[in-house]
Amino acid sequence: MATKKEFNVFMHELVPEHRVLSEKEKEELLNRYRIKISQLPQILVSDPAVVELGAKPGDVIEIKRKSPTAGVYYYYRLVVEG
Amino acid sequence: MAMQSMKKVIGSIEFGILSPQEIRKMSAAEITVPDTYDDDGYPIEGGLMDKRLGVIDPGLRCETCGARAGECPGHFGHIELARPVIHVGFAKTIHRVLESTCRECGRIKLTDEEIDEYMKKFEVVGDRKKAKDKLIKEIHKKAKERMVCPHCGAPQFPIKFERPTIYYELRKDEEGNEYKHRMMPTEIRDRLERIPDRDLPLLGLHPEKSRPEWMVLTVLPVPPVTMRPSITLESGIRAEDDLTHKLVDIIRINNRLKSNIEAGAPQLIIEDLWDLLQYHVTTYINNETSGIPPAKHKSGRPLKTLAQRLKGKEGRFRGNLSGKRVNFSARTVISPDPMISINEVGVPLAIAMELTVPEKVTEFNFEKLRERVMNGPEKYPGANYVIDPEGRRIRIMENNREKIVNELLDIGWTVERHLEDGDIVLFNRQPSLHRMSIMAHRVRVMPYRTFRLNLPVCPPYNADFDGDEMNLHVPQTEEAQAEAKILMEVQNHIISPRYGGPLIAGIQDHISGGYLLTREGAYFTRPEVEQMLTFAGVEVDELPEPDKFENGEPLWSGKAIFSLLLPDDLTIWYRNKLCDESERCDALERLIEEKFIPDPDEVRELAYDGFVYIQNGKLLSGAIDKKAYGREDGKLLDIIVREYGAERARQFLDQVTKLAIWVITHRGFTTAIDDEDLPEEALDRISEIIRDAEERVNRLIDAYRRGELEPLPGKSLEETLESKIMAVLAEARDNAGSVAEKYLGMGNHAVVMAKTGARGKILNITQMAAMLGQQSIRGKRLYRGYRGRVLTHFKPGDLGARARGFVTNSYKSGLTPQEYFFHAMGGREGLVDTAVRTAQSGYMQRRLINALQDLKVDYDGTVRDPTGIIVQFKYGEDGVDPMRSWGGSTLDVDRVIMRTLLKSRGNGRR
Repeated sequence: MATKKEFNVFMHELVPEHRVLSEKEKEELLNRYRIKISQLPQILVSDPAVVELGAKPGDVIEIKRKSPTAGVYYYYRLVVEG
Repeated sequence: MAMQSMKKVIGSIEFGILSPQEIRKMSAAEITVPDTYDDDGYPIEGGLMDKRLGVIDPGLRCETCGARAGECPGHFGHIELARPVIHVGFAKTIHRVLESTCRECGRIKLTDEEIDEYMKKFEVVGDRKKAKDKLIKEIHKKAKERMVCPHCGAPQFPIKFERPTIYYELRKDEEGNEYKHRMMPTEIRDRLERIPDRDLPLLGLHPEKSRPEWMVLTVLPVPPVTMRPSITLESGIRAEDDLTHKLVDIIRINNRLKSNIEAGAPQLIIEDLWDLLQYHVTTYINNETSGIPPAKHKSGRPLKTLAQRLKGKEGRFRGNLSGKRVNFSARTVISPDPMISINEVGVPLAIAMELTVPEKVTEFNFEKLRERVMNGPEKYPGANYVIDPEGRRIRIMENNREKIVNELLDIGWTVERHLEDGDIVLFNRQPSLHRMSIMAHRVRVMPYRTFRLNLPVCPPYNADFDGDEMNLHVPQTEEAQAEAKILMEVQNHIISPRYGGPLIAGIQDHISGGYLLTREGAYFTRPEVEQMLTFAGVEVDELPEPDKFENGEPLWSGKAIFSLLLPDDLTIWYRNKLCDESERCDALERLIEEKFIPDPDEVRELAYDGFVYIQNGKLLSGAIDKKAYGREDGKLLDIIVREYGAERARQFLDQVTKLAIWVITHRGFTTAIDDEDLPEEALDRISEIIRDAEERVNRLIDAYRRGELEPLPGKSLEETLESKIMAVLAEARDNAGSVAEKYLGMGNHAVVMAKTGARGKILNITQMAAMLGQQSIRGKRLYRGYRGRVLTHFKPGDLGARARGFVTNSYKSGLTPQEYFFHAMGGREGLVDTAVRTAQSGYMQRRLINALQDLKVDYDGTVRDPTGIIVQFKYGEDGVDPMRSWGGSTLDVDRVIMRTLLKSRGNGRR
């Protein structure tokens, strides 16, 4: 592994930052929008970004995106199987 | 006691399959006779027109509810089928269910662990239809492959489904020989009945609302007569509805099957009849079922059965529920009227007397409404109906209107009076592609037969007057009228939500006229000023001081007159389209930045048509062009909407367009062929440019032929040559254009229109005056036609400029036949493009609307679908409504600072 560089999706400039939310943050998020967990947008566990993070189904991912209208925009997705 | 409308709210709708018990329960009569009316034209009892199913003939009474035709909604009947048949709509589902369940015990062919696992997955999935469908598919695949039942251990066989309604089991006998066993509906129904309720959710079924055996029909519901009325033709012959015809077939075969079974006929005959019954029931439900011939009418026309009634553009859903015909609407040709306001619509008198507005009688409008009723339907302004407090409508007629006015009409009644000036109506032009396609206007009743609209509202409707028709709707309740007024009135749509600039704005002559009024050197006499202000509807107590005197006569500058229309604390500066000496603009900009509130006289000294400076509502420098109040980039209009409100902007637009129209009509404005005249020397220079370009092209071709051409990166030699030739020719056209431009000044009206942005581009003028230039198809020079050449007038393989569509003539000098043909080729591409584009974008729009129509912005700023699933956590990621934004952002900070500074420095004005 010393010479061979692993490809990491997050190294690419077009891939936004991803982060797994803690249980507490997850609950805060659900309270903030007054939603059930099933009302969040979803992302597959097989998504390269999720694989890289090692998140499991049921986790919520926070995606920090650059937005032409708002500067920074946070998006949240529930990890689901598939 | 008239039928008061019952107001109820639909909480939810459930879909399921009717059980035989339910069908019998809702049935008013069993239908056994394959006939409709007897010889006297009277409904036969037990027939398809049985009076218990409701009545359609006037005079008869329904035997179920006792109501007459028109009142009775109709009642279902039923047919007891002699043998069960498959419901085609469920044929596929039946196949899936049979494959997934055990042929002996009826359990789903999954182990108990698997059942638990999938049950859990269903809970996670919730309401997401896609995910649910995927799970069901997965279960089916897994269960289908089990050849031994995990519950009872019975061996299983594959099931073959033959469209539309035949099922075989591919059995094996003891010796292992395969044989096909045809499963009749009875057998299928038995197997479906065995499936226990608890396994149904895994098959996508609901144990109470959709038991699988209900997908095999034993009883057929007969729809009420009211949904399949027979029509009496003029000749007195009755024509039955297609559904009735089909039901007659079903009953006839059903009766034959029944008597054959009772008589103990051979199995073969019974099965034949059974299949025939299956065919009739199948086509009764869907006459476009693949795999069977559609049932035909005597004339050979395929019958329109149940599925056909619902499907497609003219079907129940798209034709009658999503879009229906409405009352209180009108449609006619449109024509222009620059004298009415942009939020008005001219309504022909004849239409105004047909369309009505319900107005409740109160003590305040009692007298007015009495007069309306007294005038009646024939005299404007009158009324067509009155409605008493119980909701009875009484038509006002010659013989009863006096009685109504004097004895009946009172507070609490409603009068449906004619449309009057000031009423709110919705005005629409198809295709309704965006929300500005339907806007609320105020009525102006006018003579003649067309709807009149003011020109600034043409762009949002995409209307012109070459025969366009438009629709008009009259909101019938106060709520609807208020909503239309607040949300849909024209002035609220001056700013387009698409690009955050004005969409409703001055067009064409409004711009040219504005320029003629406000350019440097435009002065007007007292009578002219008075006339134009009166024409524009501007109220001024006193004219400002005259700008100068000539021969003792006072003259006012156009700028001073224009300033009278502006809000008197408006300050703004910008470069307009006429700015082609940027040093002069720079000088002005520097002055404003240094002094902030420069002295008007200082500004006047530097004044330049290309730089607009308005200080406290006074136009000090610059001429008005498209950048002032034109579409998309009317800065002035934009500012007025945002800082002074939509109503002020409407007033400004109304006045400014009329002022411009006065100026342009009284000064005179025309364009003719002599606008394209160029002096001899200009023409010589253009010929020179053409000769030069052709030579350069020939040199390029020579270089190419000799193999000396260096290919550009990423291009072949041929492509390199083409792109170089194109560059040379484009340059030649531009050069010829700028030569022509030099000789055409602002005294030329075509140029005025192009430079101010009123209509056309400079390119159009140079094409008329100097040279048309290269014609192209798909961005390439013309090359299609004969082998190696476009036209036979050229040698094969001629790559020269003229042989490949370079037109050196102008529209004015006239095109040679070859050039004309090239031009037609290029022109044809444009036509095809627009035709293809409209078709494609129409379809794309439809799909987009279908995908997005149910999304909405919630009060917390999130965008959600109807089930509450979040699509965006903040609308547009920033939560900004583009229509209320400053060029896309929430706030124009610079402008706010400037306004604050202006206010604090005061400079004499408020």
